Amino acid sequence: MSVRTLPLLFLNLGGEMLYILDQRLRAQNIPGDKARKVLNDIISTMFNRKFMEELFKPQELYSKKALRTVYDRLAHASIMRLNQASMDKLYDLMTMAFKYQVLLCPRPKDVLLVTFNHLDAIKGFIQDSPTILHQVDETFQQLTEIYGGLSAGEFQLIRQTLLIFFQDLHIRVSIFLKDKVQNSNGRFVLPVSGPLPWGTKVPGLVRTFNNKGEEVRKVEFKHGGSYVAAPKEGSFELYGDRVLKLGTNMYSVNRPMETHMSGASENLAAQTQESIAPNPLAKEELNLLARLIGGMEIKKPSGPEPGFRLNLFTTDEEEETSRRTKSWLGSWGSLRSWTSQGGVPARAMICLP
Amino acid sequence: MFRRERSIPLRGSAAALCNNLSVLQLPVRNLTHFGVVHGPSAQLLSAAPEGVPLAQRQLQAKEGAGVSPPLITQVHWCVLPFRVLLVLTSHRGIQMYESDGSVMVYWHALDAGDASLVQAVFARGIAASGHFICVGMWSGRVLVFDIPAKGPNIVLSEELAGHQTPITDIATEPAQGQLDCKPLENRDCVADMVTADDSGLLCVWQSGPEFKLLTRIPGFGVPCPSVQLWQGTVAAGYGNGQVRLYEASTGTLHVQIDAHARAICALDLAPELLSAAEDTFVHIWQLSRSPEGGYIEVEHCHGECVPDTQVCGARFCDPSGSSFAVTGYDLAEILRFSSM
Repeated sequence: MSVRTLPLLFLNLGGEMLYILDQRLRAQNIPGDKARKVLNDIISTMFNRKFMEELFKPQELYSKKALRTVYDRLAHASIMRLNQASMDKLYDLMTMAFKYQVLLCPRPKDVLLVTFNHLDAIKGFIQDSPTILHQVDETFQQLTEIYGGLSAGEFQLIRQTLLIFFQDLHIRVSIFLKDKVQNSNGRFVLPVSGPLPWGTKVPGLVRTFNNKGEEVRKVEFKHGGSYVAAPKEGSFELYGDRVLKLGTNMYSVNRPMETHMSGASENLAAQTQESIAPNPLAKEELNLLARLIGGMEIKKPSGPEPGFRLNLFTTDEEEETSRRTKSWLGSWGSLRSWTSQGGVPARAMICLP
Repeated sequence: MFRRERSIPLRGSAAALCNNLSVLQLPVRNLTHFGVVHGPSAQLLSAAPEGVPLAQRQLQAKEGAGVSPPLITQVHWCVLPFRVLLVLTSHRGIQMYESDGSVMVYWHALDAGDASLVQAVFARGIAASGHFICVGMWSGRVLVFDIPAKGPNIVLSEELAGHQTPITDIATEPAQGQLDCKPLENRDCVADMVTADDSGLLCVWQSGPEFKLLTRIPGFGVPCPSVQLWQGTVAAGYGNGQVRLYEASTGTLHVQIDAHARAICALDLAPELLSAAEDTFVHIWQLSRSPEGGYIEVEHCHGECVPDTQVCGARFCDPSGSSFAVTGYDLAEILRFSSM
């Protein structure tokens, strides 16, 4: 599909990851300076110039498995440690959040505004670090250069590519269920009211013209929704009102993220199908991945600074339950060498009937 | 008024493409065939009148070089004078099968030669015109294949240049429609094919041993993902939710409908007009010719909301337009509606 999709996918998923980690760091009362260091380290790794160069090359999307490795590495680019179950959960939350944002984008081009919302928030996390701020601004420039001139048709193709990537993922997320943006069957609510995409008129009018181009008839019809015209277009500048709320941080201070996750088995069915099917292209993908991750500068924990463990579950019992019901992809065995530098060790696959 | 009928289950969910439902009506055999793209595979199934599924088959996109398995962009039945072929377009090429999908009779690999590194290469847009099958390309070119009455001796006979951006959809006059056409002064100017692209441009053609470009209808900044042609009228659905009807031979705009709140993903015309969009709505419109001015009139008949579903395909299931089927992104079933 579109070969311009990977940067948008990576940056938005990365943004969601940072929102979640930030919230968990606060919830676990990790000291402020340590928490800031974690976020700084991850963000500076994400926006590393060499890494961004690789990312922005026109290329097809990686498989879900391959992309997951990138985030595994990224999440461990600091003194923070996540165990297997927490990493699984983090990734599920990230993907469902971005899937929701892509699905609800009024116009295909609005996915760029969603990306800018994430970048704006990321800049908020690293206000005290001018070097990293500069890196993020440079990425912003690159996004504007590449995506600023794309046509509506090209954005439609990007949107379709992203939706195909997220197809059949129906993990139920507590915060979405509570806000009623997701149904209990895992499907997102698509409202039939609210602001229209920029450039779309309120449905309900049929205009007839004669051969001379003069309007001869104007009839209204009931379209079934309750829409209003968009007040203004979101800004695509470095600074500006994005108007769109998708991509902003939904894990605010006052709303603790409930970590009970339901629907794991439904997701497993989809995952199992994918993992069992043989992938003859795995080797080529690993090579691409090597180039991408090669650009990442992972800081090894050194000196007197001790690492600490971040937990995405509120109780150990919950975590244990989740670990037993999750399967892990056996093909990661060949990637053991990647993770030996301080990442999470790969586990054996539990085959499901 | 329409009511929901029994859904037909799919093996895999429908992909978020446009025009992602093809229907082949076989009234003589009391069967309806459905075709839906899942991703790297497409599913064909046949159903009895009450929607009882009878047989199903999955087709894969033919492999080629690349990191990931190739994705299918569209599946469509082409009804020709002596045979029916099933055509599948993907990011690698064009596959043509016998109508039940059992035998591949032709494979055309895409030549990515001219594409720059940043362009996606694919075929998309399929229609039958007489004994030709026309398929659109990412480059804007339209390939015209000459199909023999039987056998695999399919030949690429022409490449039409009219578009500069990827083709989205192609529509042709149904064969029987041409007999009922209102009398045209200039019989040399029979518009029987329309092609649409990502920029919203429409090209109207006359088919023949050599296809002739009759008129161009410019876009206005949004893609035209879906187009239909019936009795000299072009119906076009756009990315901003508008449906426009034009006189095919002249390109004159006759009707403009602010029909949907999101991009249109599918149209069908036979004789009512059906429009479906990502806003979860399907609308049915009645078309008629006004007695005085002879211009096209449109009246809204029915609107159906498919809750929480980003519709990606919709078609009438019978010639009178009394029933239709709908597919949605992430939905592993074909929804059916029929009038009460």
